[in-house]
Amino acid sequence: MWVYVVKRIFLMIPTLFGISLISFFIIQLPPGDYLTSLLASMSDSGQTIDPAEIARMRATYGLDDPMVVQYFKWISGIVLRGDFGYSFEWGRPVSDLIWDRMGSTLSISLAALVFVWAVSLPIGIYSAVHRHSVGDHVATFFGFLGLAIPNFILALTLMYVSYKYFGQSVGGLFSPEYIGADWTWGRVWDLFMHLWIPIVVIGTSGTAALIRILRANLTDELSKPYVVTARAKGLSEFNVVMRYPVRIALNPFVSAIGWVLPNLISGVTITAIVLNLPTAGPLLLRALVSQDMYLAGSFILLMGVLTLIGMLISDVLLALLDPRIRFT
Amino acid sequence: MTHLDYPSTALPDDGPHGSEERGPAISPLRPGMDPGKIAVSSQWTLIWQKFFSNKVAVAAGVVVLFFYFIGLFAEFLAPTSPSLAQPRFTYAPPQSLSFFVTDADGGWTWQPHVKGYTTTVDPASLRRAFAIDENSVIPVGFFVEGTPYRFWGLIEMKTHLFGPLDPSQPMNLLGTDSLGRDLLSRLIHGTRISMSIGLIGVVSSLVIGVVLGALSGYFGGWTDLVIQRIIEVISAMPTIPLWLGLAAAVPIVWSPITVYFVVTLIVSLLAWTGLAREVRGRFLALRGEDFVTAAILDGSGRARVIFRHILPLLTSHILAVVTLAIPTMIVAETALSFLGIGLKAPVVSWGVLLQDAQNIRTVATAPWLLIWPAGAVVITVLAFNFLGDGMRDAADPYET
Repeated sequence: MWVYVVKRIFLMIPTLFGISLISFFIIQLPPGDYLTSLLASMSDSGQTIDPAEIARMRATYGLDDPMVVQYFKWISGIVLRGDFGYSFEWGRPVSDLIWDRMGSTLSISLAALVFVWAVSLPIGIYSAVHRHSVGDHVATFFGFLGLAIPNFILALTLMYVSYKYFGQSVGGLFSPEYIGADWTWGRVWDLFMHLWIPIVVIGTSGTAALIRILRANLTDELSKPYVVTARAKGLSEFNVVMRYPVRIALNPFVSAIGWVLPNLISGVTITAIVLNLPTAGPLLLRALVSQDMYLAGSFILLMGVLTLIGMLISDVLLALLDPRIRFT
Repeated sequence: MTHLDYPSTALPDDGPHGSEERGPAISPLRPGMDPGKIAVSSQWTLIWQKFFSNKVAVAAGVVVLFFYFIGLFAEFLAPTSPSLAQPRFTYAPPQSLSFFVTDADGGWTWQPHVKGYTTTVDPASLRRAFAIDENSVIPVGFFVEGTPYRFWGLIEMKTHLFGPLDPSQPMNLLGTDSLGRDLLSRLIHGTRISMSIGLIGVVSSLVIGVVLGALSGYFGGWTDLVIQRIIEVISAMPTIPLWLGLAAAVPIVWSPITVYFVVTLIVSLLAWTGLAREVRGRFLALRGEDFVTAAILDGSGRARVIFRHILPLLTSHILAVVTLAIPTMIVAETALSFLGIGLKAPVVSWGVLLQDAQNIRTVATAPWLLIWPAGAVVITVLAFNFLGDGMRDAADPYET
């Protein structure tokens, strides 16, 4: 088992390297850099800045070094010192800015993952056991709809519905009166009332996909001879279904962490921009537009790393669950 | 793409293949089909038959074709120009279309028309409020003269399929936006951009995906390992942050047409991985087949084996995967444009239209700005998914 885990972690290294290259490549893509765009906006507003000062700043941040040197400086700072560079726009080290945001991104993604599991498990089992029943068709219909509606459109629609019919403010995490307030039950309830929309929005497509997979897997299992045997020896219908077939069909739930997590993080990014949640999304968009390169690059890098860790966890869990995987 | 010359393994009646049975275990017999006919049908005939027996997929295909048709003839089908502002009719609600006018004596006359607006200005907020005026009738008709346009940028024309008989009168079947532009016309023009982005994007990711997938699956070994790593890295990255990063790098000063192609390229740059995986898997399965060995023994080069002998077998699978990839691209473009870093005005796409719906207060006053573009996106994505599912099922006509 440990051999498997170590091997799996070892295999992650080239992927990590690739992700860091892509992140760096993306932040280097726009022509010019933060200083040139800063200069442009300053000269637009009639301000000037001393050329010697500019040269000093360029030297400090190594903006004129060759690409490879810049990449090496950036990545070695992160790996060796946990230093993600400096955010030009905010005038603070990137690491001051990102951890809160990444934390809320992660917690909303995890909450959405729990939502995905909690909703798709019962519906998937129901759909497989009662194939072609009315409930199954309804679930299939909503499943297709859930896959087809892009996150941000669903977010806009829910925002509109809750604004129009519940008269509720939906942006952000708290209503105005609770921002900065102490933690009370009222505040928790308010947080919950704001959180359900992003969680539902982000989780919907994953839920739909998982229901379809669970339904297909469980249907295959249910027609196998051991199920007939279980039924023949007099197990109750509940036991017949839950004892073995569901356990086998559960594998995709665990492996789902691997492929649902990138989707969830993607979803959180765009949904948070629409709903104005304090996660990485809005800050990333702003950093990208203003060419605040180290901030943007760190976000992209960390999101990639996060999904890799998710995949690692799902592979390890899968190996724990299923001996066929860890012994090959 | 007509008849393919390999199917000796595929026909149900061509006897045993020696020790290894690779032909279909189950014949594609369905009630009502003549077995003799099936035996001599080509692969593509069988695929078509299987596809057409799936009613949902066929209906979805019709919807997709309909949207492409709208995109193709956008200028003619749109009642007016998408950029024509009507300052008097900002945020005007949708008018409904009626076909009969009631006369003074209570009789009915055939006259397609919409009802006019009455405008009241709220003295406090200086906001215009519109109400449908039941008494004013704006007659509309087919093939009317309206705003001039160049059809496909070539032919000067003035005829629109549908519009008010008097071009100075308002006809906004889906309402108007903040500048009083007709939403229906904008939606129709947006269809052209959004649908074509999916199509062009999928072609470029098709090229990348097929070439890399084929190399990976055919050669195996180091080539395979490297390409698989690349695919793994790309699919490990959450797509939206990557798309954001790439799209934000597009300089503002570029012309709309350049931005259009660059955004298409960006969208397709991350979408080829699924296709490459599919192609690789099929190549792995097929490269040990006898007909490949035979081709190699005949002296075919690698390129010829890949492109002449193996790839044609995969055409139906590739078509299905491609169809399933198009909606992803359409959604990606819509999302990027919605966030303001994809396509920008004056280009009209569904995402650009949805930009108007970013503000919840705007949506509360003019819900049609959200409903119609969002509806168009959802219907398109659904239709492509059903079509692609049907094609995937039909791609292998020998499976049941």
